[in-house]
Amino acid sequence: MVNPNVEGKQYPATEAYLVGREKIREFAHAVMSSNPLNFDVLPAQAAGYEDIIAPPTFAVVIQERSLATVLADPEADIDFSRVVHGDQRFVHVRPIVAGDELTSVLSVASVKFVANLSMITFNTEIFDAKKELVCTAISTLIVRGEE
Amino acid sequence: MTHINIAGLEVGQVIGSKEFLLTRDSLIRYAGASGDFNPIHYRDDFAKSVGLPGVIAHGMLTMGVSVQVAVDWVGDPGKVSDYSTRFTKMVDVDVTDGAVLVVTGKIAEIDNEKNEVRVDLTTMFGEVAVLGKAQVRVRL
Repeated sequence: MVNPNVEGKQYPATEAYLVGREKIREFAHAVMSSNPLNFDVLPAQAAGYEDIIAPPTFAVVIQERSLATVLADPEADIDFSRVVHGDQRFVHVRPIVAGDELTSVLSVASVKFVANLSMITFNTEIFDAKKELVCTAISTLIVRGEE
Repeated sequence: MTHINIAGLEVGQVIGSKEFLLTRDSLIRYAGASGDFNPIHYRDDFAKSVGLPGVIAHGMLTMGVSVQVAVDWVGDPGKVSDYSTRFTKMVDVDVTDGAVLVVTGKIAEIDNEKNEVRVDLTTMFGEVAVLGKAQVRVRL
């Protein structure tokens, strides 16, 4: 069972993640995007961006890094082998662009229990090098209890 | 600005529909691209040991693929300002046949003031809808 006392806990910011062009292309390919703005610099710039932009769910890569710190936190007591993804949301102030240096700050929004399940909701705020908010990723993990 | 004129849109209008084939290769590619190396997405023995029918797709892969229907329509992935979904059903990916997802997007809400629309996505795996309340806010 997830420790309910971690509700409200904020984890330290992750180290900066430098968003590479090839990483965006690799991710875009993996989610079967055929949009030129995910692959080619010229159309991306013609659309007003500095460089190619990431698909709408790319922020999960940054979220994962923050989540890893929680999953490794003995206080939270999350058994990863019993985790399923319940829901996910990305609220974008702007798209993620190649060249961005992103850091993220994760906090535990809520811990709830229903029957044999623990549901833990995280807010991950993703900032650029100017400390401006780029995206908020909200994720709920469902942890199945022991049988 | 996009090529879409908000005045020409109607609630309920289908903005697109697309079929995606997820194979085991797709899952491994997504694992590498996303950094999610949970073995339930590439090892049948492991998936079965935790009570699953076999290897299942990453929910985030289904989410990431589904939104492409809205992206194709608007033409610019940067116009997606808000995207949310619940993961209601699993997609088990057959080792030889893979799994076919059919994604359809419909206009659910039109906000003339903000020049924004909400597109609702339906992602079907056979007869089963695998995403719940998949909603995409798009700036026009």
